[in-house]
Amino acid sequence: MFSKDIQTQVDKLLSRYPIRQNALIPILHLAQNENEGWLTEEWMQHVADICEVPLTHVEGVVTFYTMFRIKPPGKYHLQVCTCVPCCLVGGTELLEHTEKKLAIHAGHTTTDGTFSIEEMECIGACSNAPAVIVNEDYHEQVTPEDMDKMIDELRQ
Amino acid sequence: MLEETLVLFKNIRNPEYDKSLAGYKKSGGFKSLKKVFGMKPEDVVQEVKESGIRGRGGAGFPTGLKWSFMAKDTGKPSYLVANADESEPGTCKDRELMLKDPHLFLEGLMIGSYAIGCHHAYVYVRGEYFPSIKTLNSAVDELYADGLLGPNPLGSGFQLDITIHTGAGAYICGEESALLDSLEGKRGHPRVKPPFPAVSGFNACPTSVNNVETLACMPFILSDGGAEAFKSFGPQNNSGTHLVSLSGHVNRPGVYELRMDVNMKDIIYDIGGGIRNGKKLKGVIPGGSSSPVMTADEVDVLYNFDDLAKKGTMMGSAAMMVFDEDTDVVKLLHRITRFYAHESCGQCTPCREGTHWSRQIVRDFLSGNGSDEKLKLLNRVGGNMMGTTLCALGDAAAMPIQSFVKKFPDEFRKYYAIA
Ligand SMILES: Cc1cc2nc3c(=O)[nH]c(=O)nc-3n(C[C@H](O)[C@H](O)[C@H](O)COP(=O)(O)O)c2cc1C
Ligand code: SF4
Ligand code: FES
Repeated sequence: MFSKDIQTQVDKLLSRYPIRQNALIPILHLAQNENEGWLTEEWMQHVADICEVPLTHVEGVVTFYTMFRIKPPGKYHLQVCTCVPCCLVGGTELLEHTEKKLAIHAGHTTTDGTFSIEEMECIGACSNAPAVIVNEDYHEQVTPEDMDKMIDELRQ
Repeated sequence: MLEETLVLFKNIRNPEYDKSLAGYKKSGGFKSLKKVFGMKPEDVVQEVKESGIRGRGGAGFPTGLKWSFMAKDTGKPSYLVANADESEPGTCKDRELMLKDPHLFLEGLMIGSYAIGCHHAYVYVRGEYFPSIKTLNSAVDELYADGLLGPNPLGSGFQLDITIHTGAGAYICGEESALLDSLEGKRGHPRVKPPFPAVSGFNACPTSVNNVETLACMPFILSDGGAEAFKSFGPQNNSGTHLVSLSGHVNRPGVYELRMDVNMKDIIYDIGGGIRNGKKLKGVIPGGSSSPVMTADEVDVLYNFDDLAKKGTMMGSAAMMVFDEDTDVVKLLHRITRFYAHESCGQCTPCREGTHWSRQIVRDFLSGNGSDEKLKLLNRVGGNMMGTTLCALGDAAAMPIQSFVKKFPDEFRKYYAIA
């Protein structure tokens, strides 16, 4: 199921651990990236076979960690931190602003599939709060105006 | 202005610094590793003990002592695992090290590996740290290309591999035994201790888990005269410089490298430039969200492990969150209780139930339904988590609750139901 390039990465990962199961979480990340940001049962089964663990084990892992998703996120996944330092300097308001602007609540995706929002616990950028991760990129000291601009640009 | 003391940030504060392997070597990098390869491993551990360094991950446990506990002659491989999960709210220092001077940290990891006889070290990085993961992976590639990793680093004959491992979002995986379960490819559930990781850790082999910053101190400590110099940077038993993550309502938030004899007041008013918008200080959460809160009158104290402990709080991961007079501390506590309710792994009843109950009681206050009874109940729910759980997350959730109730009772009264 993995493309050839990614299969090479999977094999490399497997070679870095004493037991195949140890590579499970890194391989799940690769699978999720291959499938546009989420994991289907078919993918989980595939990874279970690779790591030689039962499907139920993979499902247990997938549902434990916040970064694994079992439904598709938006093309742009906006991860807004509202944890303590961010909350002190406007993170909560930034999340509310984003929800209003996109007319969806955190945990949801716009109907056209372009944006999804997730409320985050501390993402480790506290001295540059409030912080947002868009897909894999950090944005720091984000104001509501910055957010508007970013969303408008991404929409194009 | 109070100056930083630059040990860990020596390169990072140099605007011309080139963080590639070539740049790191030019700045004197890998001299300590070379020296270490000429020493006996137990002598390396002894130097680390003499430096007095205590772990920077939160618990402040002496690193040299931890390494000396590693089970020997077990016939199993030994492992060193760097804890780069950095998820304690307010903490953002390991990220600086990984992004801006990855080879300093990696040299420290290599020194530690030699000291405990580990031939394959892992770095457990939280999954959200995409930029750090990329930086570390390219740094590791450079090390292999140079021969610094692999069968024969610096001609030592000491086979050494490093693998960067990505987590997937779970605060509890910062707790060392949960981290090891997660590294093994499982849900991150803290383990029953004993056995401690030094006896049975990664894949049931002897393992030491150490914080990124702790390891990044090793190249300095193992340099000539390093252990003595490190010790001189703070009061007895509080050795070295450390990275302080300063956030909240200060004019100059940031990550600063400070000695351990700096007054907290000076961190807020001098280094941090005082409170924003000319406001007054109301309080500080001094060491990550788990540490008991302090009021404005309590901040005249040296910022280190022991002086904060004497004040009934803790330095934890050295993440200071400063808040001003306009802050609603009940809302602040609500945000903290939401965090722990979200992050409890659910194995222990007091933590699983207590984190949710406390969040609900604080929410009840916020909707104007507080009372003396409920304040007592909140305190009791907190108390029931103290020392009754498998891992320290239970205590971590209880300490903010009990300290907020104790230090700011009047703020809760504002939310009492009007009879
Ligand atoms: C709930 C919880 C979360 C923790 N999170 C972290 C973390 O993110 N990073 C870290 O280095 N240590 C964390 N720790 C501490 C680790 O368990 C461990 O003590 C530490 O990594 C040891 O490294 P050190 O001796 O270098 O401090 C956490 C502990 C608990 C109880
Ligand atoms: S204290 Fe909480 S987080 Fe720790 S093991 Fe128990 S339930 Fe899990
Ligand atoms: S609280 Fe938002 S990045 Fe730490």
